[in-house]
Amino acid sequence: MNWRRIYALFVARNLEFVRDRSSLAWNLLLPILIIIGFAYAFTGDSPEKFKVGLVASAQLEPSALEFRSTRYIKFIDFDQVDSNLVKVERHQIDLLFDADSRRYWINRSSPNGYIVEKLLIAAFSGAAGKLQKSLVEGDEIRYLDWVMPGVIGMNIMWGALFGIGYVIVRYRKFGVLKRISATPVTAMEFLSAQILSRLCLLLVVNLLIYVGMDFFVDFRMHGSYFNLLLVFILGSVNLICCGLVVAARISSEEVANGLLNLFSWPMMFLSGVWFSLEGAHPLMQKLALLLPLTHITAAARAIMIDGAGLLDISDHLLVLAISSAILLFIGARIFRWE
Amino acid sequence: MPTILQVSNLIKRFGSLTAVNQVSFEIVEGSCFGLLGPNGAGKTTTIEMMEGIKQPDGGTIRYRGKPLGEQFRNEAGIMFQSTALQDFITVREVMRQFSRFYPHSANIDELADRFALHEFLGQDTRKLSGGQKQRLLLAMAMINQPKILFLDEPTTGLDPQSRRNLWDQVQQVRAQGATILLTTHYMEEAYELCDEIAIMDHGRIIAHDAPDALLAAHFNDVVVQLHATDLPREIGEPEFDAVYRNDSAHIVTGDVNQTVENLLRLDIPLDHLRIRARDLEDLFLELTGRELRT
Ligand SMILES: Nc1ncnc2c1ncn2[C@@H]1O[C@H](COP(=O)(O)OP(=O)(O)O)[C@@H](O)[C@H]1O
Ligand SMILES: [Mg+2]
Repeated sequence: MNWRRIYALFVARNLEFVRDRSSLAWNLLLPILIIIGFAYAFTGDSPEKFKVGLVASAQLEPSALEFRSTRYIKFIDFDQVDSNLVKVERHQIDLLFDADSRRYWINRSSPNGYIVEKLLIAAFSGAAGKLQKSLVEGDEIRYLDWVMPGVIGMNIMWGALFGIGYVIVRYRKFGVLKRISATPVTAMEFLSAQILSRLCLLLVVNLLIYVGMDFFVDFRMHGSYFNLLLVFILGSVNLICCGLVVAARISSEEVANGLLNLFSWPMMFLSGVWFSLEGAHPLMQKLALLLPLTHITAAARAIMIDGAGLLDISDHLLVLAISSAILLFIGARIFRWE
Repeated sequence: MPTILQVSNLIKRFGSLTAVNQVSFEIVEGSCFGLLGPNGAGKTTTIEMMEGIKQPDGGTIRYRGKPLGEQFRNEAGIMFQSTALQDFITVREVMRQFSRFYPHSANIDELADRFALHEFLGQDTRKLSGGQKQRLLLAMAMINQPKILFLDEPTTGLDPQSRRNLWDQVQQVRAQGATILLTTHYMEEAYELCDEIAIMDHGRIIAHDAPDALLAAHFNDVVVQLHATDLPREIGEPEFDAVYRNDSAHIVTGDVNQTVENLLRLDIPLDHLRIRARDLEDLFLELTGRELRT
């Protein structure tokens, strides 16, 4: 390994990235669109400040009807209590009322729950019999907080797979690699430079997204920034190495494109970025564990939402580190200049 | 002078096609060696095996007596028949990049001066003309101050002026003591630049010597050349055994006086008559029954 050669390749690749306006625009625009999309979807004050879940199998009694006619509360009909309690825990609704048994649940830490409770009690003040109160616990976790780690992971995935895979295949197709192979540069030096260059670019671009998101929508981050950075670095390297293996031999852009899409779309939907895999078929959960993005998303989510430490996510880190090493080894072994 | 590069019994197959078939030769240090042959003869395949780019299916290649290795990589300068450079990079940047690949590199400004690239240093490499790009590729091949320089059809596709320029530059490199291996399908190029020529066809070397020695060995006659319209085929072929190429008739003769006399006797106009020595194109035709340029 000769660092001067790696540096020369690194610099040239970075120049190309920065000067390639259309792909640079794409790399920055896509995240900005995501930011704007999320900012729009998750801010915007709705006129219904309060949300109450209502479970009722029979006709509502007069007091319940009176409560239900309270203005500025949005009532959502549910058919059962159990599966919807988690919504109270996560502050997705402020109060859950079972009209049949006159029981209600509120979150101990929710100010909205407190106010809605007062309104409920007022509505029932004239009625015979009592309301039964239950408390649940849980911090507010908005979907935004939950999805944010996965969005960054997904963005890294696209950038890593296509930024490495596609570029190397093009270099090979047009003979750029062949010219480099006529110099003392080794495959390992070339690949290292590509990994380093892509890693830096991914980190810079995703840092911008992170800061941008923070500015617009203020999401939850309970863990250490260092740990989060570590997860994203390991994740980036892992996905870059996936790209290297895909691009190790082929010289057709179409084939590369097809293969990369074949890798990335399942990851996009099966890695738990957009929805939780908890309810999924056990086989699918097992399969998801084979996807690097699953580990990146889970680890980043644990850090950001629960403030997990390195020990808590060591399984994910270990999987990412070991598979990176294996992928890099394979990629370098089967790599072809021509 | 010692041998710098030696190949013996080199073989390369692509499926059922044997592109290079038992090729052997040696290159003397400081000389310019030419591989001359038509398109598809196997020149590129041969030179790329010697550069260590393609793996031979048989035979050996030795650089200073040893298999190709790190010393070879550091001392070889290579110019491919066609090369793409990375996008969005200027002439200076690509030269600097390649100079960092080697332990001992030439000064970029000096190289740029020498190959008339100075005014393009800040320009995107994709905006260079054909001749400028070839000069850049040659400069890049020279960036490590190579002991041996490989040039694969360096002037194919260039206009005559740019070709002359490139020849001058190759001769300068040569004058500084570097060894050169060059492939071409231009007879003039091989004749002009090379001390030694191997003529290649269908993957084999069919003749190999110094240019003049090659001609002397095969020919002790000259060519009388006329316009095809002046000497119709009906007369030329039976009477003079003339060969027709493009628009001209070529009569090979050992006795020019006699031939001219015969032409006069048949009232053939001699306004466009030319007499020339036989060249490498003739030699190729003689050896293979086909023309070099098809
Ligand atoms: N990669 C390849 N795959 C299959 N056939 C090839 C390949 N490269 C060259 N050939 C064939 O080998 C023969 C020699 O090619 P080449 O060495 O490029 O000839 P030249 O350089 O003299 O024009 C040609 O018939 C060519 O079609
Ligand atoms: Mg060729």
